[in-house]
Amino acid sequence: MATLQPIAGIAGRAVAVPGDDIDTDRIIPARYLRCVTFDDLADGLFRDERFDDDGRSTSHPLDEPVRAGATVLVSGRNFGCGSSREHAPQAIRRAGFEAVVAGSFGEIFFGNATTLGLVCLALDDESLEAVQSAVQADPALELSISVADASITVADKTYPGELADAARTALLSGRYDPLAELLAGEEAVAAVAASLPYVAAGSGR
Amino acid sequence: MAPRTLFDKVWDSHAVRVLENGQTQLFIGTHLIHEVTSPQAFGMLDDLGLGVRMPERTFATVDHIVPTDAREEPFADELADQMIKALRANCTRHGITYFDLHSGLQGIVHMVGPEQGITQPGSTIACGDSHTSTHGAFGAVAFGIGTSQVRDVLATQTLAMSKPKLRRIEVNGELGPGVYAKDVILHIIRTLGVNGGIGYAYEYAGEVFERMSMEQRMTVCNMSIEGGARCGYVNPDQTTFDYLEGRPYAPKGAEWDAAVQRWRALASESGARYDDVVVLDAAEIAPTVTWGINPGQAIAIGENVPHPDRVPAAERAGTLEALKHMKLTAGAPIQGTPIDVAFLGSCTNARLSDFREVASVLRDRRVAPGVKAIAVPGSTLVKEACEREGIDEILKRAGFEWRAAGCSMCLAMNPDKLEGDQLCASSSNRNFKGRQGSATGRTVLMSPVMVAAAAVTGVVSDARSVFGEATVSA
Repeated sequence: MATLQPIAGIAGRAVAVPGDDIDTDRIIPARYLRCVTFDDLADGLFRDERFDDDGRSTSHPLDEPVRAGATVLVSGRNFGCGSSREHAPQAIRRAGFEAVVAGSFGEIFFGNATTLGLVCLALDDESLEAVQSAVQADPALELSISVADASITVADKTYPGELADAARTALLSGRYDPLAELLAGEEAVAAVAASLPYVAAGSGR
Repeated sequence: MAPRTLFDKVWDSHAVRVLENGQTQLFIGTHLIHEVTSPQAFGMLDDLGLGVRMPERTFATVDHIVPTDAREEPFADELADQMIKALRANCTRHGITYFDLHSGLQGIVHMVGPEQGITQPGSTIACGDSHTSTHGAFGAVAFGIGTSQVRDVLATQTLAMSKPKLRRIEVNGELGPGVYAKDVILHIIRTLGVNGGIGYAYEYAGEVFERMSMEQRMTVCNMSIEGGARCGYVNPDQTTFDYLEGRPYAPKGAEWDAAVQRWRALASESGARYDDVVVLDAAEIAPTVTWGINPGQAIAIGENVPHPDRVPAAERAGTLEALKHMKLTAGAPIQGTPIDVAFLGSCTNARLSDFREVASVLRDRRVAPGVKAIAVPGSTLVKEACEREGIDEILKRAGFEWRAAGCSMCLAMNPDKLEGDQLCASSSNRNFKGRQGSATGRTVLMSPVMVAAAAVTGVVSDARSVFGEATVSA
């Protein structure tokens, strides 16, 4: 299994997609889930917000030429709520983003994103508003996220944030994809399986 | 030993070991898969040269992409056709039990597990679908996962998980006439917020849940994730055992007796510690509908849509955005809002009892002119049961289209979609922007009987006045 690079921090420019409770259907509409690989998902990112019913661009922040190459997505509270579709963080990742900064995250989204090495940093309302305003005001603004400190630095000001310990440790050690470690537990897995009557008895049929 | 909760007992019996980042390697006893979130996971296994660790604990069906009218293959949608073929091939190759489209047992994955008796108390259940919380109705710890995690379960039968906190939500007293399980969960989400459950598992307890049927408990647990809680459960009791007895995958004979004895011992014990307890009064719950673009933006049917000037400052932007999308007037009643589509279906409310309730109020009633009404049973078995009871005939006579089983218009990954800014009275679980297949489409979530009331009146209505309180009392 390929070894992953530890992720200590993310630096780059940002784009703000404001709003609370942005669900995974909005991040990637269900019609883009009709696929058997994740390869072409970037096109579907926020598709219905970026284009109107007739396919015309709505000049969404994601499509502003000055934002091209941004690596940090800034949004609101409860980002990624709703459907468990990993297609959502996959689309964000494949569109070039390496971190999402938001007020809080839907739990399944947070787990899916972390497994892909997409850093999800949560900020309190006040800090988030400050970061969001700064990003909106200046497309060239460089942000820097420290995974170890769970903080973000914008224009020499550092805002402390929140990043669950398990995710932080995993990102810092390059173990955010847990599969290798799960496979290594096989002996203990077999013991637990054997101890559970509904599993040991087969499927009951 | 100190009194323990069901959650702790199930978690502890499935905990394999502690991982380096502090998470638990958790054994997953039952893995449910479907065509949308599994093909990439099988692809990852192939890339890594890994097989399926326990194919005998993995069960598959096809639901999200299936057309509910023309079900002949190949499907008109080539992408959908590719997905069903991929699932079929992956199941064959790995020896996974697959309830195929024409097996007679196909349905929404969260219907099939319980129907077959695969969903059992005290088990851990994972599926690449957020509504996996449905299975918690049986006293299982069940939650949705992403595709990389589907890969993890396929390869190792385990997941890396952080143990959530536990909140007990007690609802006591009696529900009024015309108030259903759907209203209870919408009320809970409205009260605690769409993010109130983040980091928590929910235990639904108290008289209301104790009295509920298994199908009603499934409706409640199904929408746990809409309140932010990845997992929600009800302690198993005689209602649970009666539902399971005799189902194909339920234990038989002496094994059944032993299983019931184990299951009885799983229930949370009196005096057990919770991280939080919320107590609600059933009498305060009215038929509830959503007015906005998330399931927490809900009001009682008699209430008015919120006014942005009269909500807390933190909710103002969201309220404005929701009002704009829904094209509703701030401060106006929700009742009387014209609908274009009535949808009866989804893993939340497409079980036999839902259709029985709807049929009982629809006798001699007709869908209002101009309203497109579709009824989509959650599983092939539900469809057949409805047809045996003549429920399909009542619905068709009323003006509903009677379809085959699938996710249908809940998420519109199939031909069933809203068009333009159509407003849909829907028994499903999500009113997100664009959820039902049109970016400008509008969804009002409600119970199946309220969908029936909206269908016959053509506007969002109070089923108690449309059908009479005596008719809607469950």
